[in-house]
Amino acid sequence: MIWQLEFIILILIIFSGIGALMVKDLLGAGILFSAYSFMMCLLWAIMGAVDVAFTEASVGAGVSTVLFVAAIFRTTRRSKD
Amino acid sequence: MKTFGIIAVVLCGALLIYGTVDFPEWGDPASPASTYVSPYYIEHSIPDTSVPNIVTAILADYRGYDTMFETAVVFAAGIACIFLLRIEKRDSPRSRLYRHIPTGVTIRIEQGGRLPEGSRDLERIDSVWVPYDLIIKTGCRLVIPFIQLFALYVIAHGHHSPGGGFQGGVIFGAAIILYALAYDLRTAQTHLPIRTSVLLSSTGVLIYAGTGALCLLLGANFLNYSALAGLLGVDPVTARSHGILIVEIGVALAVMAVMVGLYYIISSAGRLDEGL
Repeated sequence: MIWQLEFIILILIIFSGIGALMVKDLLGAGILFSAYSFMMCLLWAIMGAVDVAFTEASVGAGVSTVLFVAAIFRTTRRSKD
Repeated sequence: MKTFGIIAVVLCGALLIYGTVDFPEWGDPASPASTYVSPYYIEHSIPDTSVPNIVTAILADYRGYDTMFETAVVFAAGIACIFLLRIEKRDSPRSRLYRHIPTGVTIRIEQGGRLPEGSRDLERIDSVWVPYDLIIKTGCRLVIPFIQLFALYVIAHGHHSPGGGFQGGVIFGAAIILYALAYDLRTAQTHLPIRTSVLLSSTGVLIYAGTGALCLLLGANFLNYSALAGLLGVDPVTARSHGILIVEIGVALAVMAVMVGLYYIISSAGRLDEGL
Protein backbone atom coordinates (compact mmCIF):
# COMPACT_ATOMS: atom_id res chain seq x y z
CA MET A 1 0.00 0.00 0.00
CA ILE A 2 1.07 3.57 -0.64
CA TRP A 3 2.44 4.87 2.65
CA GLN A 4 1.51 8.49 1.89
CA LEU A 5 -2.16 7.53 1.75
CA GLU A 6 -1.95 5.74 5.10
CA PHE A 7 -0.15 8.74 6.58
CA ILE A 8 -2.84 11.16 5.39
CA ILE A 9 -5.58 8.90 6.81
CA LEU A 10 -3.74 8.62 10.14
CA ILE A 11 -3.40 12.42 10.36
CA LEU A 12 -7.11 12.80 9.56
CA ILE A 13 -7.99 10.24 12.27
CA ILE A 14 -5.98 12.14 14.89
CA PHE A 15 -7.43 15.50 13.88
CA SER A 16 -11.03 14.31 13.78
CA GLY A 17 -10.56 12.58 17.16
CA ILE A 18 -9.15 15.74 18.78
CA GLY A 19 -11.74 17.85 16.98
CA ALA A 20 -14.60 15.70 18.29
CA LEU A 21 -13.33 16.35 21.82
CA MET A 22 -12.67 20.06 21.33
CA VAL A 23 -15.70 21.25 19.40
CA LYS A 24 -18.48 22.94 21.42
CA ASP A 25 -21.30 22.00 19.07
CA LEU A 26 -22.41 18.46 19.94
CA LEU A 27 -23.87 17.85 16.47
CA GLY A 28 -20.49 18.77 14.99
CA ALA A 29 -18.82 16.41 17.44
CA GLY A 30 -21.11 13.61 16.33
CA ILE A 31 -20.33 14.22 12.66
CA LEU A 32 -16.59 14.40 13.43
CA PHE A 33 -16.93 11.08 15.27
CA SER A 34 -18.53 9.64 12.16
CA ALA A 35 -15.60 10.90 10.07
CA TYR A 36 -13.23 9.34 12.61
CA SER A 37 -15.03 6.02 12.27
CA PHE A 38 -14.96 6.17 8.51
CA MET A 39 -11.22 6.88 8.46
CA MET A 40 -10.70 3.98 10.88
CA CYS A 41 -12.68 1.83 8.47
CA LEU A 42 -10.35 2.83 5.62
CA LEU A 43 -7.35 2.00 7.78
CA TRP A 44 -8.77 -1.45 8.66
CA ALA A 45 -9.38 -2.10 4.97
CA ILE A 46 -5.81 -1.06 4.11
CA MET A 47 -4.47 -3.45 6.77
CA GLY A 48 -6.47 -6.31 5.26
CA ALA A 49 -9.06 -6.69 8.04
CA VAL A 50 -11.99 -6.39 5.66
CA ASP A 51 -14.59 -7.85 8.04
CA VAL A 52 -13.65 -5.38 10.76
CA ALA A 53 -13.72 -2.55 8.22
CA PHE A 54 -17.20 -3.58 7.16
CA THR A 55 -18.43 -3.61 10.75
CA GLU A 56 -16.80 -0.25 11.44
CA ALA A 57 -18.42 1.28 8.36
CA SER A 58 -21.90 0.00 9.14
CA VAL A 59 -21.94 0.36 12.94
CA GLY A 60 -19.45 3.14 13.63
CA ALA A 61 -19.94 5.45 10.70
CA GLY A 62 -23.55 4.52 9.95
CA VAL A 63 -25.99 3.66 12.69
CA SER A 64 -24.18 5.13 15.70
CA THR A 65 -24.08 8.55 14.00
CA VAL A 66 -27.85 8.40 13.52
CA LEU A 67 -28.24 7.47 17.19
CA PHE A 68 -25.96 10.39 18.19
CA VAL A 69 -27.99 12.81 16.09
CA ALA A 70 -31.24 11.44 17.53
CA ALA A 71 -29.92 11.85 21.08
CA ILE A 72 -28.68 15.41 20.39
CA PHE A 73 -32.05 16.25 18.84
CA ARG A 74 -33.66 15.40 22.18
CA THR A 75 -31.14 17.28 24.35
CA THR A 76 -29.25 20.54 23.88
CA ARG A 77 -26.89 21.13 21.03
CA ARG A 78 -24.30 23.13 22.97
CA SER A 79 -21.87 21.45 25.32
CA LYS A 80 -21.15 23.09 28.68
CA ASP A 81 -17.41 22.36 28.84
CA MET B 1 -8.26 19.99 36.89
CA LYS B 2 -8.26 20.31 33.13
CA THR B 3 -4.46 20.56 32.94
CA PHE B 4 -4.20 17.52 35.19
CA GLY B 5 -6.50 15.62 32.83
CA ILE B 6 -4.49 16.60 29.77
CA ILE B 7 -1.24 15.55 31.48
CA ALA B 8 -2.77 12.18 32.45
CA VAL B 9 -4.05 11.57 28.91
CA VAL B 10 -0.73 12.51 27.29
CA LEU B 11 1.18 10.33 29.76
CA CYS B 12 -1.13 7.35 29.15
CA GLY B 13 -0.88 7.83 25.39
CA ALA B 14 2.91 8.04 25.53
CA LEU B 15 3.05 4.83 27.61
CA LEU B 16 0.75 3.03 25.16
CA ILE B 17 2.83 4.17 22.18
CA TYR B 18 5.97 3.09 24.05
CA GLY B 19 4.30 -0.29 24.58
CA THR B 20 3.73 -0.78 20.86
CA VAL B 21 7.52 -0.76 20.32
CA ASP B 22 7.60 -4.37 21.53
CA PHE B 23 4.92 -5.42 19.04
CA PRO B 24 5.98 -7.59 16.12
CA GLU B 25 6.09 -5.86 12.74
CA TRP B 26 2.79 -5.72 10.88
CA GLY B 27 2.46 -8.89 8.81
CA ASP B 28 5.67 -10.35 10.26
CA PRO B 29 5.65 -14.10 9.41
CA ALA B 30 7.82 -14.85 12.48
CA SER B 31 5.44 -13.27 14.99
CA PRO B 32 3.82 -15.69 17.50
CA ALA B 33 0.33 -15.20 16.05
CA SER B 34 1.51 -15.99 12.53
CA THR B 35 3.60 -18.95 13.72
CA TYR B 36 1.10 -20.84 15.89
CA VAL B 37 -2.44 -19.48 15.58
CA SER B 38 -3.05 -18.41 11.99
CA PRO B 39 -1.62 -21.48 10.19
CA TYR B 40 -3.99 -23.77 12.11
CA TYR B 41 -7.08 -21.93 10.93
CA ILE B 42 -5.74 -21.42 7.40
CA GLU B 43 -5.10 -25.17 7.08
CA HIS B 44 -8.14 -26.50 8.96
CA SER B 45 -11.04 -24.13 8.30
CA ILE B 46 -11.92 -25.55 4.86
CA PRO B 47 -11.64 -29.25 5.83
CA ASP B 48 -13.48 -28.59 9.13
CA THR B 49 -16.28 -26.30 8.05
CA SER B 50 -16.13 -25.89 4.24
CA VAL B 51 -16.42 -22.10 4.74
CA PRO B 52 -14.01 -20.14 2.51
CA ASN B 53 -14.13 -16.98 4.66
CA ILE B 54 -11.90 -17.90 7.60
CA VAL B 55 -13.14 -14.95 9.67
CA THR B 56 -16.72 -16.21 9.52
CA ALA B 57 -15.61 -19.75 10.35
CA ILE B 58 -13.71 -18.53 13.42
CA LEU B 59 -16.46 -16.15 14.59
CA ALA B 60 -19.43 -18.46 14.31
CA ASP B 61 -17.84 -21.89 14.73
CA TYR B 62 -14.45 -22.02 16.47
CA ARG B 63 -15.35 -19.07 18.72
CA GLY B 64 -19.10 -19.65 18.73
CA TYR B 65 -19.42 -18.96 22.45
CA ASP B 66 -17.92 -15.47 22.05
CA THR B 67 -20.33 -14.57 19.30
CA MET B 68 -23.29 -15.98 21.21
CA PHE B 69 -22.55 -13.87 24.25
CA GLU B 70 -21.83 -10.83 22.06
CA THR B 71 -25.33 -11.23 20.67
CA ALA B 72 -26.65 -11.61 24.20
CA VAL B 73 -24.82 -8.40 25.20
CA VAL B 74 -26.34 -6.48 22.27
CA PHE B 75 -29.76 -7.83 23.23
CA ALA B 76 -29.30 -6.95 26.90
CA ALA B 77 -28.12 -3.43 26.02
CA GLY B 78 -31.12 -2.84 23.78
CA ILE B 79 -33.58 -4.18 26.36
CA ALA B 80 -31.96 -2.07 29.10
CA CYS B 81 -32.22 1.10 26.97
CA ILE B 82 -35.87 0.43 26.20
CA PHE B 83 -36.68 -0.26 29.86
CA LEU B 84 -34.85 2.86 31.02
CA LEU B 85 -36.17 5.33 28.46
CA ARG B 86 -39.66 4.07 27.70
CA ILE B 87 -42.50 6.28 28.94
CA GLU B 88 -45.67 4.24 29.16
CA LYS B 89 -48.09 7.16 29.50
CA ARG B 90 -50.33 7.16 26.47
CA ASP B 91 -51.86 10.64 26.76
CA SER B 92 -49.48 13.17 25.27
CA PRO B 93 -49.02 16.31 27.35
CA ARG B 94 -48.18 18.31 24.25
CA SER B 95 -50.64 19.59 21.71
CA ARG B 96 -50.72 17.70 18.42
CA LEU B 97 -50.39 19.05 14.90
CA TYR B 98 -52.35 17.78 11.93
CA ARG B 99 -52.03 18.63 8.26
CA HIS B 100 -55.10 18.91 6.05
CA ILE B 101 -53.90 16.97 3.02
CA PRO B 102 -55.86 18.64 0.17
CA THR B 103 -55.07 22.21 1.22
CA GLY B 104 -51.83 21.82 3.20
CA VAL B 105 -53.25 23.82 6.11
CA THR B 106 -51.80 22.85 9.48
CA ILE B 107 -54.14 22.74 12.46
CA ARG B 108 -53.26 22.39 16.12
CA ILE B 109 -55.29 20.27 18.50
CA GLU B 110 -54.78 21.32 22.09
CA GLN B 111 -54.38 18.81 24.89
CA GLY B 112 -57.60 16.90 25.42
CA GLY B 113 -59.03 18.07 22.10
CA ARG B 114 -60.29 15.67 19.48
CA LEU B 115 -60.33 15.56 15.72
CA PRO B 116 -63.56 16.36 13.84
CA GLU B 117 -65.64 13.26 13.19
CA GLY B 118 -64.90 11.29 10.02
CA SER B 119 -61.87 13.35 9.04
CA ARG B 120 -59.86 11.22 6.65
CA ASP B 121 -58.07 14.17 5.08
CA LEU B 122 -56.03 15.01 8.17
CA GLU B 123 -52.63 13.44 8.83
CA ARG B 124 -50.67 13.74 12.05
CA ILE B 125 -47.37 15.60 11.73
CA ASP B 126 -44.50 16.12 14.14
CA SER B 127 -44.57 19.34 16.13
CA VAL B 128 -40.84 20.06 16.08
CA TRP B 129 -39.55 18.86 12.77
CA VAL B 130 -41.86 18.69 9.81
CA PRO B 131 -40.10 17.47 6.70
CA TYR B 132 -42.61 17.38 3.90
CA ASP B 133 -40.51 16.55 0.89
CA LEU B 134 -41.78 14.42 -1.94
CA ILE B 135 -38.29 13.93 -3.39
CA ILE B 136 -36.84 12.57 -0.14
CA LYS B 137 -39.80 10.28 0.47
CA THR B 138 -39.85 8.90 -3.08
CA GLY B 139 -36.06 8.58 -3.20
CA CYS B 140 -35.96 6.66 0.05
CA ARG B 141 -38.82 4.44 -1.03
CA LEU B 142 -36.87 3.56 -4.17
CA VAL B 143 -33.59 2.95 -2.37
CA ILE B 144 -34.81 1.04 0.71
CA PRO B 145 -35.68 -2.28 -1.07
CA PHE B 146 -32.17 -2.42 -2.51
CA ILE B 147 -30.60 -1.71 0.87
CA GLN B 148 -32.66 -4.52 2.39
CA LEU B 149 -31.73 -6.86 -0.45
CA PHE B 150 -28.07 -5.98 0.06
CA ALA B 151 -28.44 -6.67 3.78
CA LEU B 152 -29.86 -10.13 3.04
CA TYR B 153 -26.99 -10.72 0.62
CA VAL B 154 -24.45 -9.71 3.27
CA ILE B 155 -26.03 -12.11 5.77
CA ALA B 156 -26.29 -15.03 3.36
CA HIS B 157 -22.96 -14.46 1.62
CA GLY B 158 -20.92 -14.09 4.81
CA HIS B 159 -19.45 -17.53 4.13
CA HIS B 160 -17.72 -16.38 0.97
CA SER B 161 -17.11 -12.66 1.34
CA PRO B 162 -16.73 -10.15 4.19
CA GLY B 163 -19.96 -9.79 6.06
CA GLY B 164 -22.21 -11.85 8.22
CA GLY B 165 -24.91 -11.47 10.80
CA PHE B 166 -23.72 -8.32 12.54
CA GLN B 167 -23.10 -6.25 9.44
CA GLY B 168 -26.16 -7.52 7.59
CA GLY B 169 -28.37 -6.92 10.62
CA VAL B 170 -27.06 -3.38 11.03
CA ILE B 171 -27.64 -2.63 7.33
CA PHE B 172 -31.17 -4.02 7.52
CA GLY B 173 -31.83 -1.95 10.63
CA ALA B 174 -30.39 1.12 8.89
CA ALA B 175 -32.88 0.64 6.04
CA ILE B 176 -35.77 0.76 8.51
CA ILE B 177 -34.22 3.76 10.29
CA LEU B 178 -33.94 5.48 6.90
CA TYR B 179 -37.64 4.81 6.38
CA ALA B 180 -38.42 6.31 9.78
CA LEU B 181 -36.28 9.35 8.91
CA ALA B 182 -37.86 9.90 5.50
CA TYR B 183 -41.45 9.45 6.70
CA ASP B 184 -42.01 9.66 10.42
CA LEU B 185 -41.78 7.48 13.49
CA ARG B 186 -45.46 6.53 13.46
CA THR B 187 -45.39 5.30 9.84
CA ALA B 188 -42.30 3.22 10.56
CA GLN B 189 -43.99 1.75 13.62
CA THR B 190 -46.97 0.58 11.59
CA HIS B 191 -44.50 -1.68 9.77
CA LEU B 192 -42.26 -2.65 12.69
CA PRO B 193 -43.74 -1.79 16.10
CA ILE B 194 -41.38 -1.66 19.05
CA ARG B 195 -43.14 -4.70 20.53
CA THR B 196 -42.23 -6.72 17.42
CA SER B 197 -38.67 -5.45 17.49
CA VAL B 198 -38.21 -6.56 21.11
CA LEU B 199 -39.76 -9.91 20.21
CA LEU B 200 -37.48 -10.27 17.16
CA SER B 201 -34.36 -9.47 19.15
CA SER B 202 -35.14 -12.14 21.72
CA THR B 203 -36.00 -14.55 18.87
CA GLY B 204 -32.55 -13.92 17.40
CA VAL B 205 -30.79 -14.82 20.63
CA LEU B 206 -33.11 -17.82 20.98
CA ILE B 207 -32.20 -19.05 17.49
CA TYR B 208 -28.50 -18.87 18.35
CA ALA B 209 -28.75 -20.50 21.77
CA GLY B 210 -31.40 -22.94 20.50
CA THR B 211 -29.07 -24.17 17.75
CA GLY B 212 -26.45 -24.81 20.41
CA ALA B 213 -28.95 -26.58 22.64
CA LEU B 214 -30.17 -28.66 19.70
CA CYS B 215 -26.60 -29.87 19.11
CA LEU B 216 -26.46 -30.74 22.81
CA LEU B 217 -29.71 -32.72 22.53
CA LEU B 218 -28.38 -34.58 19.50
CA GLY B 219 -25.44 -35.84 21.51
CA ALA B 220 -22.62 -33.46 20.61
CA ASN B 221 -21.05 -30.50 22.42
CA PHE B 222 -22.87 -27.19 22.71
CA LEU B 223 -22.69 -25.36 19.32
CA ASN B 224 -21.01 -28.30 17.60
CA TYR B 225 -22.96 -28.03 14.35
CA SER B 226 -21.76 -31.40 13.02
CA ALA B 227 -24.53 -32.95 15.12
CA LEU B 228 -27.09 -31.30 12.83
CA ALA B 229 -25.94 -33.44 9.88
CA GLY B 230 -28.73 -35.96 10.41
CA LEU B 231 -31.44 -33.30 10.64
CA LEU B 232 -30.26 -31.34 7.61
CA GLY B 233 -29.49 -34.44 5.59
CA VAL B 234 -25.92 -33.48 4.69
CA ASP B 235 -22.46 -34.63 5.69
CA PRO B 236 -20.99 -33.29 8.98
CA VAL B 237 -18.68 -30.76 7.28
CA THR B 238 -21.47 -29.15 5.24
CA ALA B 239 -23.64 -29.26 8.37
CA ARG B 240 -21.12 -26.95 10.07
CA SER B 241 -21.45 -24.50 7.18
CA HIS B 242 -25.24 -24.59 7.40
CA GLY B 243 -25.11 -24.28 11.19
CA ILE B 244 -23.03 -21.11 10.78
CA LEU B 245 -25.69 -19.71 8.46
CA ILE B 246 -28.44 -20.46 10.98
CA VAL B 247 -26.69 -18.70 13.85
CA GLU B 248 -25.80 -15.77 11.55
CA ILE B 249 -29.50 -15.34 10.83
CA GLY B 250 -30.12 -15.30 14.59
CA VAL B 251 -27.43 -12.65 15.10
CA ALA B 252 -28.82 -10.56 12.24
CA LEU B 253 -32.37 -10.65 13.67
CA ALA B 254 -31.19 -9.64 17.12
CA VAL B 255 -28.93 -6.82 15.89
CA MET B 256 -31.51 -5.47 13.43
CA ALA B 257 -34.28 -5.37 16.02
CA VAL B 258 -32.05 -3.79 18.69
CA MET B 259 -30.84 -1.05 16.29
CA VAL B 260 -34.38 -0.15 15.23
CA GLY B 261 -35.67 -0.28 18.82
CA LEU B 262 -32.82 1.95 20.02
CA TYR B 263 -33.53 4.46 17.27
CA TYR B 264 -37.24 4.57 18.09
CA ILE B 265 -36.66 5.02 21.79
CA ILE B 266 -33.86 7.59 21.54
CA SER B 267 -35.30 9.79 18.80
CA SER B 268 -38.69 10.04 20.50
CA ALA B 269 -37.28 10.40 24.05
CA GLY B 270 -39.21 7.29 25.10
CA ARG B 271 -42.63 8.46 23.97
CA LEU B 272 -42.63 6.64 20.61
CA ASP B 273 -45.02 9.16 19.05
CA GLU B 274 -42.98 12.01 17.59
CA GLY B 275 -39.41 11.58 16.51
CA LEU B 276 -36.68 12.76 14.22
